This record gives sequence, structure tokens and C-alpha cells, in this order.
Amino acid sequence: MPSDLTAVQLVLSADPELMGIVSLSLTVSLAAVACAALIGIPLGALIALTRFPGREACIVVLNALMGLPPVVVGLAVYLLLSRSGPLGSWGLLFTPQAMVIAQAILVTPIIAALARQTIEDLWVEYREELAAMNVGPLGRIATLIWDGRFSLTTALLAGFGRAAAEVGAVIIVGGNIDGFTRTMTTAIALETSKGDLPLAIGLGIVLIAIVIVVNALAWGARRAGERFSG
Amino acid sequence: MRAPLTDLPVAFEDVSLRIRDFTILDRVSLHLAPGAPTVLIGPNGSGKTTLLRVAMGLIEPTAGRVTWGGREHIPPQRRAIVFQRPAMLRRSTAANIEYALAQAGAMRSDWPAHVAELLGLVGLAGFEARPARRLSGGEQQRLALARALARDPEILFLDEPTASLDPAATKAIEDVIRTVAARGIKVVMSTHDLGEARRLAGEIVLLHRGHVVESGTAADFFAGPKTDAARRFIAGELLI
Ligand SMILES: Nc1ncnc2c1ncn2[C@@H]1O[C@H](COP(=O)(O)OP(=O)(O)OP(=O)(O)O)[C@@H](O)[C@H]1O
Ligand SMILES: [Mg+2]
Repeated sequence: MPSDLTAVQLVLSADPELMGIVSLSLTVSLAAVACAALIGIPLGALIALTRFPGREACIVVLNALMGLPPVVVGLAVYLLLSRSGPLGSWGLLFTPQAMVIAQAILVTPIIAALARQTIEDLWVEYREELAAMNVGPLGRIATLIWDGRFSLTTALLAGFGRAAAEVGAVIIVGGNIDGFTRTMTTAIALETSKGDLPLAIGLGIVLIAIVIVVNALAWGARRAGERFSG
Repeated sequence: MRAPLTDLPVAFEDVSLRIRDFTILDRVSLHLAPGAPTVLIGPNGSGKTTLLRVAMGLIEPTAGRVTWGGREHIPPQRRAIVFQRPAMLRRSTAANIEYALAQAGAMRSDWPAHVAELLGLVGLAGFEARPARRLSGGEQQRLALARALARDPEILFLDEPTASLDPAATKAIEDVIRTVAARGIKVVMSTHDLGEARRLAGEIVLLHRGHVVESGTAADFFAGPKTDAARRFIAGELLI
């Protein structure tokens, strides 16, 4: 199939259009994961370490939000950022920033829920020892996050995988504008519908390669964690 | 100048702990003063672990009061405990001790010397880089003892410190306990081993169903137990 050959050639020759799309995708997804981590890890730690009415319900909701449909998040962010929406004056709709916001919303529950589980399991184990060592609240959180760092890294990578692979949210809030908001997934959707298969397949190859690398990193992080800290 | 505050003596005044319908500690009065180790003995479920946790300040009694050096509600700054099943931090053996040193405010430049000394004391020299959670049960028990000592405590609570150790390690830990006690640290420990109680105790507290059945100097206790329960316990009969 000639189209397959051209796809591979596109990838191997580091085609500028393809590279632009890949780098925008990575930038957007990494930025989204960074934002989600800054919110999700402290949020997970807070829910893990505190007891308040409605906590159980909160955990159930958080776990459910891990499966948020990207298009619904896209729609919600669209309504927020659209000209007549509450944040319309920011003028962010159809920009990479809007895509970061949408993906961050999508990924935050994943990171928060996984962080909550990790930190709470560790807390059950450490609680009395830390109390006996007279460790204050901030010290506890720092210790739990540090000792759970390998599992937390896995949570971040899971979030990244989700962000990089989704198409529904970015296509709605980014608009798939050529050279500006076109990501790997939106480009694949568009090029496939246009019949330009080489670019779509090339992007598909890159996307799968990235997912494999991310999973290899997750695996490596776990193994390193087991090796060095037991 | 700062007053020389001390956590000793630890005094229990009519301390009871009830959880739902269970009375776990029943009007316990105790005076843990500086001196030779106090050893808690009693059958399974008699409340030894619970008493140690209350004395450490980890659980609030539901009635009565506990004071440390005459003061109530004192955070465990000069106290340390080795739990029956200690939890190891997911770090190396040395880092587990360093964590306790940092928490106790030891100077970072002194850490390596402290770590070496403490690991040597409990017979774990050379184990520095091993992940603590990969150590055997007995090794973890000994690391937990070193970690507790890293806090430079006035009082050291030990919950069955030799329960999972082989005879040689038991002897080693008993030696550490004697050394520590000779340095002036008050040791309060529980054990199921009456031989160990005889070897280490200055004072014995016999618990049964959360109540102090008998307490006194070890010499008196073993020579002439006053209560029938104590006589039967020493004779190895089951207390029910
Ligand atoms: N949180 C709790 N809720 C209910 N019961 C409890 C709780 N903690 C302890 N108990 C009960 O209190 C009793 C005393 O327990 P504790 O662990 O102090 O006994 P122990 O003397 O240390 O026993 P062992 O020799 O087996 O270690 C037990 O019957 C135990 O089941
Ligand atoms: Mg016990």
C-alpha cells in the first residue's frame, strides 16, 4: 500500500507539518497534566487525610469523574469561554490555552482519585508512626507524597495518556485550526475524513509510539520504586 | 532560661478507655517513674498495647487523666515507641533513621555518625542501603528500635520488642534495653516472655481484662505474688 509507505516516510523524514502537530499535542497535554497535578495531588491528599461529612460521596463522585466524556467537558468549557459565556472576555476560545483548560479538567479527577487512593493506603500504614514521631500536618503530607512518589508518577502518566489520546474536548474548544490548534488526534480525525491517509496514519504511528513510551516510563517508575525503596 | 521540662513521671489516674460497649482499660492507675524498666505482662487482649498507646499520648482515655511530668496533653517530643508491628517508611534502612533524626531536630551533619551508632547498637551495621521494607520481620523490629532511639527519648515504650526474634537477636535486644536503661532512659515494655520479664524488669505490672491486677517491684512480684491471679499467671495457668 503506497499510503503506508508515505506515512512511514513522513514520520522518518520529520515532516515539518507533522512535527508541528506532534509538538503542539505534547505541549498541550503536558501543560494540562502539570495543571491537573498541581490541583489533583493536593486535593487527593486532602481527601485522604481529612474526615468530613459527605466524604464518601465525594470519593464516589471523584471516581466517577475519572470517566468524564471528553465531548461533554469540551462542551462545558466551550460554553464557559464562548463570547457570550461567563469567561468570554478572556478571548481564549479556539486557542491552545482553551485546550489546556479542557484537558486539565478531564485529567484532574484521574490524578486526584489515584492520588487519594495512594496517599490513603500509605496513611493507614504510616499514621501511628508519624503521630509517634510528632510529625505535623504539612510534614505528614510531604512524607506521604514523597514516599508515594512512584505510584503518583504512575497517576500522572495515566493522566497524560488520557489527555494525549482524547479528541472530543480539544476539537470543540480548539477548533482544529491548521498550524494553531491542530493536535494529533484532531488531525487524524480530519485527515481521515478528507481521505489524506498518509498523514493520518503517520500521526497514528507517532501517537501509539508516545503511548508505548509513556507506559514504559510508568513501568520503569514502579520498578525503580520497588528496587530502591521497597 | 527554659525550665527543664520532663515527661517523667507518667501518671495514670483512674484511666478508662471504652470503645462502644467494650471496656479496654478499666480504671488504671499507674506511676511510671525514672528507674529500671517497667514490664507489662498479661494474656492476649488484656490491654498492654492499648495502655502503651495511651501512655505515649496516641489515644485519649475516655475517663480519668494521664499526665507527663505533671502536665496533660503533651505532644510526644521526648517519648518514643516501637509498635508490636512497626511500619517501615518506603526508604532505605539509613533513611528511616534519618527521618526520625530530622524529626527530632538533630543536626544534619551529625546524621551519619548517629546512623552508624544506632545501626551498630541494634546489630544492623552494613544494612544502610537496604530498602527497609525488604528486611525480615526481626530486622524490621530492630530497625524500629534504632529509629525510636534516634529521637533521643526520655521514655521508650516497647510493645513486645522480642516477640519475632530468634534467641540470639533476643539476647542482643535485651542487651540494648539494658544499655539504654543504664543511660537513664525509662523503658516501659510489654512481653509474653516471663523469663524476659524476670531478666529485665525493675517493676512489673500485670494486666487482666484492662485492669491492673497487681503491680510492684519485680523481686516482690516473682518472690511472693499477692493475688491469686498473679500466682496462676506465673505458674503458667490460663487466666480467663
Ligand atoms: N479500636 C478498638 N476497637 C475495639 N476493640 C479494641 C480496639 N483496640 C483494642 N481493642 C480490644 O481491646 C483489647 C485489648 O487490646 P490490646 O491490643 O491492648 O491487647 P494486648 O494485651 O496488647 O494483647 P496482645 O498480647 O495480643 O498483643 C482487645 O480485646 C482488643 O480486641
Ligand atoms: Mg499487644
